[in-house]
Amino acid sequence: MISKIISFISGIIFGVGLSVSNMINPEKVLGFLDLFGQWDPSLIFVMMGAIIVSAPVFVLFRNKNKPLFADTFSIPTLKSIDKNLIIGSGTFGIGWGMVGFCPGPAISSLALLNTYSVFFILSMLGGYLLTKLINKITVAPQ
Amino acid sequence: MNIINFTPLSAFVGGIIIGLAVILFFVGNGRLAGVSGIVNNALVSKKNRTDNFLFIVGLVLGPIFYVFFTKNNIPFLITSSLPIIIIAGFLVGIGTKVGKGCTSGHGICGISLLSLRSIIATIIFMITAIITVRLIG
Repeated sequence: MISKIISFISGIIFGVGLSVSNMINPEKVLGFLDLFGQWDPSLIFVMMGAIIVSAPVFVLFRNKNKPLFADTFSIPTLKSIDKNLIIGSGTFGIGWGMVGFCPGPAISSLALLNTYSVFFILSMLGGYLLTKLINKITVAPQ
Repeated sequence: MNIINFTPLSAFVGGIIIGLAVILFFVGNGRLAGVSGIVNNALVSKKNRTDNFLFIVGLVLGPIFYVFFTKNNIPFLITSSLPIIIIAGFLVGIGTKVGKGCTSGHGICGISLLSLRSIIATIIFMITAIITVRLIG
């Protein structure tokens, strides 16, 4: 039960952070991505603020036995720099640069009652389902 | 290159708040607050489904609380056309699933964990995004 509350509050705080930094706003994000035009470096400061806070805590806690309200830490164990990482991230960047939306801000912006956010999220979910389907087809059954 | 609309203080403070959310989710539940993973798992996996949905609902409530308590407006502008938005959403969905992470998962959590995979992913998606803006902006 406590873990559910933690998930809920984490989401709220995350959404407040996106609002304070205005990263919820695609125009603001596109300003950062317009590196060779009219550049707005703010996004770098958002990432720095978040990393400065979370990195030391990760170092302190990742080797502890377990988190406070769950049985284990779930940290990805993948280490390899594979084809999927490169192709996937490259594809994500193209979509991100087209509108200025990445998943967190897109979801959070539903609060602003914008129909474009709804269309973006529905097609993003479509992308997840299509990828799952393709994985199912291409991974040969044993 | 001209620098405009730069808001270092609100960006940094907002970043710290996002960092606090990342810490709470990690120290409390042992999980990384990568939004693409949370949304994808809420959609396709039964594991932690309630937690994932609650995180997503919280994410939507965050801006509402912010406006309610600070009385500030949240500047918000999308200039893209609907077809572009639909294609972009699709690419973001496929890309973050295949690459296993987005700006929060790789860019914040992964880099905080000093993961080489995440550092490389972040460099790649920033480069393709910057090129995309250059080409269509």
